[in-house]
Amino acid sequence: MTGKPRNKPGGWKLAIKRDWRLYTLILLPLAYFAVFRYLPMVGNVIAFRQFQPGGNIFGEKWVGLKYVTLFINDPSFWQAFQNTVILGVLTLLFCFPMPIIFALLLNELRSQKFKKLIQTVTYLPHFMSVVIIAGMILQNFSMTGTVNQIGHTLFGTTVNFTQEAAWFRPMYISSEVWQTMGWGAILYLAALTRVDESLYEAARIDGANRWQQTWHVTLPAIRPTIITLLILNIGTFMAVGFEKILLIYNPLNYATSDVISTYLYRVGLESSNFSYAAAIGMFESVIGLTLILSANAISRRLAGTSLW
Amino acid sequence: MKGAAVKAATMKESVLDRAGRRNGAKETGVLIKDMKVSRGMRVFRVANLAFLLVVVFLTLYPFLNILAQSFSSEGFINAGQVNLFPMGFNIETYKLILADSTFWRNYGNTVLYTVVATAISMVLTTSFAYAIAKKDLKGRSVFIGIAVFTMFFNGGLIPNYVLISSLGLRDTLWAVVLPNAISVFNLLIMKSFFENMPRELEEAAAIDGLTQYGVLFKVVLPLSKAIVATMVLFYAVANWNSWFQAFLYLDKPELFPVTIYLRNMIAGVTTAGSAGGTTENMGQIAANIQSVTIVLTVIPILCVYPFVQKYFFSGVMLGSVKE
Repeated sequence: MTGKPRNKPGGWKLAIKRDWRLYTLILLPLAYFAVFRYLPMVGNVIAFRQFQPGGNIFGEKWVGLKYVTLFINDPSFWQAFQNTVILGVLTLLFCFPMPIIFALLLNELRSQKFKKLIQTVTYLPHFMSVVIIAGMILQNFSMTGTVNQIGHTLFGTTVNFTQEAAWFRPMYISSEVWQTMGWGAILYLAALTRVDESLYEAARIDGANRWQQTWHVTLPAIRPTIITLLILNIGTFMAVGFEKILLIYNPLNYATSDVISTYLYRVGLESSNFSYAAAIGMFESVIGLTLILSANAISRRLAGTSLW
Repeated sequence: MKGAAVKAATMKESVLDRAGRRNGAKETGVLIKDMKVSRGMRVFRVANLAFLLVVVFLTLYPFLNILAQSFSSEGFINAGQVNLFPMGFNIETYKLILADSTFWRNYGNTVLYTVVATAISMVLTTSFAYAIAKKDLKGRSVFIGIAVFTMFFNGGLIPNYVLISSLGLRDTLWAVVLPNAISVFNLLIMKSFFENMPRELEEAAAIDGLTQYGVLFKVVLPLSKAIVATMVLFYAVANWNSWFQAFLYLDKPELFPVTIYLRNMIAGVTTAGSAGGTTENMGQIAANIQSVTIVLTVIPILCVYPFVQKYFFSGVMLGSVKE
């Protein structure tokens, strides 16, 4: 930031006199943030207060940690917590590296035409509504869907993928890879175009083969992008595809499919236990914030890259 | 001085080098041939291309499958025989859905919500981004902080739900268009675009006697058509695809967007009953009807997709440029 001389002197009075038109532009957006973003944060106090639907949005009276102890002793909550962690880890393991590999492979393509075509096609799922994605998942994994058609031809059996708890995770993760691999590669591809050609030249002169070039030149060059995206991914760890799960899960596979966000959705909005669900939601947000803060701090120390 | 010259020279060199590489793909080919491309490398290239084409096919497959199912008759779908091509060609379901007034009403709602929400989002995002792009605006970092913090921490489902309900927004358009009006991601992209505009332009305009409003409307916005178009597409696609706000806050079927029409179909709330199906073939009729509805919902997205894809890419590139 360049300190413009006219920035220094004067307080708010002068600033407002000079820039009041800019401040008027900010008013509406600030009101938006206050009402739709910050008020709900404050609204989390109902986790510690008794709440009556239709009553005060900040609840009626303090009840202390009643709802917190309630969910800590709730086996269904811990089931959902476990499922969230497992799905989160599987997502990081499978969905995070795929776009990197995909971008590296695309980068090796010599035909720009093919590259363009492949990009255009693989970005497509990103632009589809999650409702449409859910419809496609349920149809492809249905008893008469493609997956079962192949299974029947190869093994002579069919599986009720959408209903069996054991199959939820493979179904969720494979569809997630399908959805995110193409678009996820976009930032890596952008970073790859900025790699200095002379580095490859130098590596070749040193006798590095193609694989060694990838390992010693390409990967280090996109490392900051990888780390940034990893931090962001860790930040959304707890929020695992809530909308998608809500659309494709059902009571028969809750044992593996029910995550914290879907559980609190049912507790809060289907059974109207607002305070209880708010307590769970707050727990989820706090973990999310903690995760991203620690990931950021760790990466700043170890890799020198951080979001802020 | 000397250092700068050297730097300029190397820069020129690398630009030349890159240009040479770009328009001389053949040349590089020759170069690599001279260095003897190993057999392993050649095998890798073929395998790589083949693999990527398989990925393309797998990405497209679910779309083609839905398209095939939408034109197939129930018997074949039920027998698990439909994959890439329609079996027992059937357009009755299309006629049925296209004759359903609820479908059209919901489709109209989607258009309405998309237009209104995008307009609101654009006004809010543009004005905020323009103001916080001014590096000497007092309080700027606080305003940016207020926005960015919401990326990492949010109130959560329940307090939001309670808030919207107590504001009396249930069963109104506002419940759908207001809660997510500003995407901080889009805001930051726009901010960095405005920051990169040459200052001299605005200073000259100010000397000409334009106020800050005048500068924004008469100078900056006309020069920002590309970013404005990008943002409109970002927001429009997000709004077109959204369903959850409507699902939470709208109870009246005549207010639903088409995504809820489809969602209810998938969840079995809207059964094929209204479409005249009998109970025993409800399952596969549903598959057929769902496919038709999916196809009809996806068409507008596919129509704008070529533009969107280009703009999205440049938008993401803009956003990835670190300040």
